[in-house]
Amino acid sequence: MRYEAPETLDAAVALLAGESGVAKVLAGGTDLLVQLRSGMLEPALVVDIKRIPETRRIDAEAGGFRIGAAVTGAEMGEHEELVAAWPGVVEAMELIGSTQIQGRATPGGNLCNASPAADCVPALAAAGATARIVGPDGSRELAVEDLVEGPGKIRLKRGEFVASLFLPERAAGQGDAYLRFIPRTEMDIAVVGAGVCLTLDGDGRCTAARVALGAVGPRVILAEEAAAGLVGTTLDEAALEALAAATSAAATPIDDKRGTTDFRRKVVGVLARRAAAVARDRAQGEKA
Amino acid sequence: MPDQSVLPRQFRVVGQRKRRPDGIDKVTGRARFGADMTAPGMLWGLVLRSPHPHARIRSIDTSKAEALPGVKAVVTGRDFEGGERDDVSINCMAGGKALYDGHAVAAVAATSKHAARAALKLIEVDYEVLPHVTDVDAAMQPDAPLLHEDMVTDGLQPPPDRPSNIAARHEIGHGDVETGFAEADEIVELSFKTEATHQGYIEPHACVASVSPDGSADLWVCTQGHFMVRNVCAAMLGLESSQLRVTASEIGGGFGGKTTVFIEPVALALSRKANRPVKMQMTRAEVFRATGPTASSSVDCRVGVTKDGRITAAQAELRYQGGAFAGAGADMGAMAIFTPYDIAHVKAVAWDVVTNRPKLAAYRAPGAPMAAFAAESTLDEAARRIGMDPLELRLKNAAREGTKAAYGPTFPRIGLTACLEAVRDSAHYKAPLGPNQGRGLACGFWFNFGGETCTTVNVNKDGTIGLSVGTPDIGGSRASMCAMAAEEFGVPYEKVRTVIADTASLGYNDVTDGSRVTFSSGLATIQASRQAIKRLCQRAAIMWGIDEEAVVWEDGHAKPASPNAGDFAPLSLAEIAAESANTGGPIAGHHEVNAEGAGVSFGVHLCDLEVDPETGFVKVLRYTAAQDAGKAVNPDYVEGQMQGGSAQGIGWALNEGYVYGEDGKLQNAGFLDYRIPVASDLPMIDAIIVEEPNPGHPYGVRGVGETSIAPPLAAVGNAIRAATGVRLTETPMAPPRILAALDAKVGDPDGRMTGQERDAPGKKARDGLPDDGLP
Repeated sequence: MRYEAPETLDAAVALLAGESGVAKVLAGGTDLLVQLRSGMLEPALVVDIKRIPETRRIDAEAGGFRIGAAVTGAEMGEHEELVAAWPGVVEAMELIGSTQIQGRATPGGNLCNASPAADCVPALAAAGATARIVGPDGSRELAVEDLVEGPGKIRLKRGEFVASLFLPERAAGQGDAYLRFIPRTEMDIAVVGAGVCLTLDGDGRCTAARVALGAVGPRVILAEEAAAGLVGTTLDEAALEALAAATSAAATPIDDKRGTTDFRRKVVGVLARRAAAVARDRAQGEKA
Repeated sequence: MPDQSVLPRQFRVVGQRKRRPDGIDKVTGRARFGADMTAPGMLWGLVLRSPHPHARIRSIDTSKAEALPGVKAVVTGRDFEGGERDDVSINCMAGGKALYDGHAVAAVAATSKHAARAALKLIEVDYEVLPHVTDVDAAMQPDAPLLHEDMVTDGLQPPPDRPSNIAARHEIGHGDVETGFAEADEIVELSFKTEATHQGYIEPHACVASVSPDGSADLWVCTQGHFMVRNVCAAMLGLESSQLRVTASEIGGGFGGKTTVFIEPVALALSRKANRPVKMQMTRAEVFRATGPTASSSVDCRVGVTKDGRITAAQAELRYQGGAFAGAGADMGAMAIFTPYDIAHVKAVAWDVVTNRPKLAAYRAPGAPMAAFAAESTLDEAARRIGMDPLELRLKNAAREGTKAAYGPTFPRIGLTACLEAVRDSAHYKAPLGPNQGRGLACGFWFNFGGETCTTVNVNKDGTIGLSVGTPDIGGSRASMCAMAAEEFGVPYEKVRTVIADTASLGYNDVTDGSRVTFSSGLATIQASRQAIKRLCQRAAIMWGIDEEAVVWEDGHAKPASPNAGDFAPLSLAEIAAESANTGGPIAGHHEVNAEGAGVSFGVHLCDLEVDPETGFVKVLRYTAAQDAGKAVNPDYVEGQMQGGSAQGIGWALNEGYVYGEDGKLQNAGFLDYRIPVASDLPMIDAIIVEEPNPGHPYGVRGVGETSIAPPLAAVGNAIRAATGVRLTETPMAPPRILAALDAKVGDPDGRMTGQERDAPGKKARDGLPDDGLP
């Protein structure tokens, strides 16, 4: 196994494109190193992207934020403007692992590991985030929910990797939230996750909504019908109950060692409803 | 020791919260655990494990692996055929069949881990995959896949004429249960299942073995019993005991799981073949797949009570599987199940069953938690039926001094009533509860053990004490030994150092198990100290020129027994020790014993929790454990044992459990999906130490390590019942199971669930438990 730590995006692309065997990108390593140690993976090349400046910065861009793929959860949590604008995204990232893991784990890695249970992916998808992909043919932007193809699979061509994520400008009256279910209090993996992003007008009426679900399908699910049902409501109890039902209907969960189909289907609705209430309160300017 | 008398006495060191002598090394990383040893020229050993739950091994071709550069030895079951080939040996290295997913089938030693890993892939095993069974009830069916052609159920009359997966039937009890049930106003009958759990010790098994060409060998290993390791490994490898010296490392948790061998004989076999030291270290996945989890169980329980709360009869059938070999511990469950209560009519039948799972090892009070889950949940339901406070019901029926237990003995002084009263009188018992919250109570029992023990104490010339014990310290026992020796000698605690001596330095010591060390190594320490004190008095007599009978030992000094003996200033231990060369040489004491009178232990737990009715999430809010310690030598570590057992029991109740797929493979061989509680999952566990002195120990000590894991399963289940109205009868009581039970309650408005009916194979008619014969 060859280890490389290039210092530019182009050099990283050249290394990845030039490898004929299995090539893996290393950011925080909290998934990749575990896979290497367990023998699950035996790549020919590992490209560490942490020495590339663009992957390690959070920059203001077009009123929003460009977050390098190798920025850590701890760094996101310490970025006051980012926390103020996108608390749901940041809290999703910060749910991952322990304090020590937070010093390593990255949103780029969480996205590209393509686990159906990845915490920050539903939050990013609800927020309308995009990923900047660099490769031999230049760079392109792709919606986060379109990047993931299925468990462990992402839609990248040879030589491509995710260099950064972009969160758009937070609109007036907008709020986001992410909740997950785990059987413990921390150090666990989502059995169900739900990210919600809402925009309210001055009367408290919902004008736009995005609802994204984790761990209830092979990839993140954008529950568009459930979200559409919120638009025009004041997010009262009836609207939230309807959201819960529509979310449960949108889920396509499986039975596995972490939860049953029935459990996931029911709880995803509960979490979507609770996350929507938090997002509503945030949109109305309440600290939550 | 039956002749020990317990006199009320003032202790000087015993009973104080002293700092543990191994603490600094453990928090700074200086302590050396199993994986911290290396040796010159050392090789790395790795094990090839069966991917099948049940398969005949037609052949193993190791030639390609042996040819790989760096590979120095490969062993298979054949390499163990020269020694004793019992269940433990076959569990360490398969013979003709792989009996579970993860069963060792071959091992390699190579100059690097990388080469060893590559070599494993080159070993070709030709398997004939066989049908498998992992559920205890399924394994008891007549048409179940048969693990052992020669297993004929022991304990049945007449003996069965064909083999089965049922290793043995046991029965204990007294009275006549049908008579007792006829006296009852209410009879509650419930069935329970518990999944296997793992001790979850943080340190994986690790060892370094070095066999010399002259046949002598050394082994460094993390274990609860290095003498056991020596004897078992020597027998498996055909060595004499004196040829194999075993040194116990510091231990990163055991809880019963390190009371047997897994990789140790393999490392020795590889070292002997390679003529080089060999280090082996399990991965976490190997620990889960191929060490010793608990039994899983299926229990039917029936209890009869009068309206005024007298238990008239109790009956149970316990079916335990303990993996691929006999010895599931169902008999221990049957002996423990109703022991906290004075019941005239008791019957418990135990079935010991084998399945395609790893061979169980001990785990804190092995067999008792599943039994207590059944009995204490059923009693809770009985208390509801008659409208009695569950603590009152238990107090009314509690075993006391003079109670004859169904497993045989008549109890001397015991502390169950005192524990119940302590919980009743606690602030916790009276605290208010909020919405969706519930409170559960349960009792637990464990036998405790004494066993073979051999201890030496040396008086150093500077007046300090060196104590050698042969029982690995898994719960702060060195601190307790130091305290007991300091108590006897009358020297400060800090003047005593206790080491765990290797197998060449002391006589045989049983494994650290059965909550036995503070009791029996403590007892031997006290007696060895008293022998050394007698010698100190003899030396003082020589120094003074008087009769040794005229010298007494008080406050760390030799003194003339009376003014008639002479007018001498007291001699300190240090003064006598400094003169020892002139009075007969070194001063030491020694004691060996097969200790009896360990003293049974009872505990009572109280659990408050809150259930999220929409998700089934359980938050434990408050938890109190009361337990009889006899005499707490170091209250910190007694509380630690009570808290640790409670935490593990709560984990077992809520989220821990082996998950086997239809394919017979373990699906959660790691700490992500095998969910032990993390710190933030639990409240501070309040520990109430009750001290009813054990007549069998000079200070009244009882073992405290195990009882605390028996009550939590039912305490949690009873609290969930109180919070939600649903009775969970299967562990883990994880959120999906709780939510399903809550959903099933809809349409059952009075919420009186009497257990989830299951169509488990092996279940029998509900009315009246059949008690004999094969299912």
